[in-house]
Amino acid sequence: MMEERKLVIPGDMLGEGHAGHGAYEEGTKVFSRVIGLAEDKGGTFFVIPLSGVYNPKRGDGVVARVEDIIVSKWIVDINSPYEAVLPLSEATEEFIDFTKSDLTKYFNYGDLIFAEITSVTKTKNIQLSMKNRKCRKLRGGRVIKVTPAKVPRIIGKQGSMVEMIKNMTNTQIVVGQNGIVWVKGDNEEIAIEAVLEIERKSHVSGLTDQIKAMLEEKMGKPAEFKEAA
Amino acid sequence: MISIDPTLIREIADKGKRLDNRKHDEYREIKIEKGVVTSAEGSARVQIGNTKVVAGLKMDVGEPFGDTPNEGVIMVGAEFVPLASPEFESGPPGENAIELARVVDRAIRESKILNMEKLCIKEGEKVWMIFIDIDILDDDGNLIDASSLAAMAALQDARLPKLDENSKVVTGEKTSEKLPLKGAALSTTFVKIGNSILADPSHPEFEALDARLTVGTFSEGSQTKFCSMQKGGPEGLSFEDVSKMLDMAQKKGDELRALL
Amino acid sequence: MADIELIKNGIRIDGRKLDEMRPIEAAAGVLEKADGSAMFKMGNTLAIAGVFGPRKVFPKHQEEAERAILRTRYNMAPFATSERGRPGPSRRSQEISLVTRQALMPVVFLDEFPKTAIDVHIEVLQADASTRCCGINAAALALADAGVPMRDLVSSCSAGKVQGHVVLDVAGKEDTEGELDLPVALYPKHKQISLLQMDGIADGEEVKKIISLALKGCEHVYDVQKAALRKKFSLETTE
Repeated sequence: MMEERKLVIPGDMLGEGHAGHGAYEEGTKVFSRVIGLAEDKGGTFFVIPLSGVYNPKRGDGVVARVEDIIVSKWIVDINSPYEAVLPLSEATEEFIDFTKSDLTKYFNYGDLIFAEITSVTKTKNIQLSMKNRKCRKLRGGRVIKVTPAKVPRIIGKQGSMVEMIKNMTNTQIVVGQNGIVWVKGDNEEIAIEAVLEIERKSHVSGLTDQIKAMLEEKMGKPAEFKEAA
Repeated sequence: MISIDPTLIREIADKGKRLDNRKHDEYREIKIEKGVVTSAEGSARVQIGNTKVVAGLKMDVGEPFGDTPNEGVIMVGAEFVPLASPEFESGPPGENAIELARVVDRAIRESKILNMEKLCIKEGEKVWMIFIDIDILDDDGNLIDASSLAAMAALQDARLPKLDENSKVVTGEKTSEKLPLKGAALSTTFVKIGNSILADPSHPEFEALDARLTVGTFSEGSQTKFCSMQKGGPEGLSFEDVSKMLDMAQKKGDELRALL
Repeated sequence: MADIELIKNGIRIDGRKLDEMRPIEAAAGVLEKADGSAMFKMGNTLAIAGVFGPRKVFPKHQEEAERAILRTRYNMAPFATSERGRPGPSRRSQEISLVTRQALMPVVFLDEFPKTAIDVHIEVLQADASTRCCGINAAALALADAGVPMRDLVSSCSAGKVQGHVVLDVAGKEDTEGELDLPVALYPKHKQISLLQMDGIADGEEVKKIISLALKGCEHVYDVQKAALRKKFSLETTE
């Protein structure tokens, strides 16, 4: 149900009105500030960027790696120009006494986690929390990087796209808003191929069917199995 | 570094005024002294407001460049001496010092006011080499124009060293022969702050600028011609801004030349 | 000083008209590791630009609390000129790095990424005049390719005077034997000039004429840049 969106480049005029994400205002005119697809939502113009680094937002779920442990917090790499901090108080539901506990028991250097961004200040101090039920350590598996702008397409409407890949490849997949995707299972390569294909063709219509067909081919159609047996 | 708020400077400029009560197209008081350094073949000290620079001109005999075997050589260098400003660090010239030297050099070189062929002693083998080094001693803005005046004054002040029979320089002895100069080439700098165009920016004005244009001019008979341009600053200029600055440069260049 | 006639009957030594540019080629996304990249070719002059960032600043003391810093390095490869150049930065390349940065600064939304650096690296692989223009054109494309938010692209071109005639896009012998060279950069949608340099002699009217001609050339460069971006990103959006 994707409409035909216009490809715009920085400086292209979108119309008269207000600027949303990816656009800027000059007087009453709105212009694009990135290369992307322009959208008009009742006088507010947005541009969905087709490239760019991850700009952290409150509420985002991110796949991240623990980089450093300092007294009462973990420093975490969230694939952004800015580091994030996971404070002691946000790590688990229990109380951790850092004078008695070894912090590496909870999260160690190099551990992968799925965490939630709870605050981003104006000076880009970013705070994470693991308290949300969906947050957890990600053990094993592999990670790939995709353009953060493509994440919504990889997840799909109400998660439909990523669920389809999970089911068809029998893998666990966690997609971070920060463009890091974690995959674990028997057919990791195929799942990863599917994700990268979506990234490449993110604004093609009928993509879901195309990916489904691709996965059927790679995984072997269930019907074929029955015939062989 | 606590400095004057650029917004204040912009507001004052929009009202047609400046911090030091000058008009928009007015230069600060200029003082030029020639022959201030006895160890150099030519020298000058220039003050524009509180900005102070010294240019020293040294000469030697050397080989010409391969593509100009019958021309002398001129090289301009600049040093932002740390005592000139809390913001200058010691070390090799940074990009601003390099830019200043190259811009001052450009006006002199491109205007051809210095007859490079007359500086040839023996074609392909021996030519006069002129080294102009500019020391910035006090930074209150508009270092380029002050340096340009100092370099030009040093060129006018210079006297050729004495040569022995082997065309080697006899140390410490000068002749009364001047350099083959025809007129004077000078750089004049204008800044855009908000909607205003100001000549000769002082330090706070330089810090607050949106854009700057340095224009090199020289006189050919009764005409004033352009020989170099350099735009600087973090913002852009419209074609109209540039036209205005070019017109101002013609006028101001002639005014400054009259002081030499 | 020219031994040959650089212009005869309004036709230049390479067959171009006075207001004609050399053939231009551009492509975005030419490098794998850089966050954004582009190639820009004007006649025989070829430059590649790579952009990294916004990213953390090293050395940390260069970091600015409220905005990103834009760092630009222009470099000419030793094999770019007919006579081998010395590797490493020169005073010329440092000056060009400075004016290139100032040519790009007005359009980048630096305030959006405090405490980061946006690094632009320009490598000139083939030099036949207008190397800084080519570099700026490639850099602007690379910034857009990297997704760095910008108000506009930046388009650059040069004009000059050859044997008394005002010409667009000086090249080859016109560069070495010509009388005046004037490179310009424009951010086209806003019609603002972000690079302007000149060396050579001209009177007031001529200077304005040459600038106008160069600005026209910039508009042509802009069309080529836009097409390069659309080409790369359209492949991802159409089937």
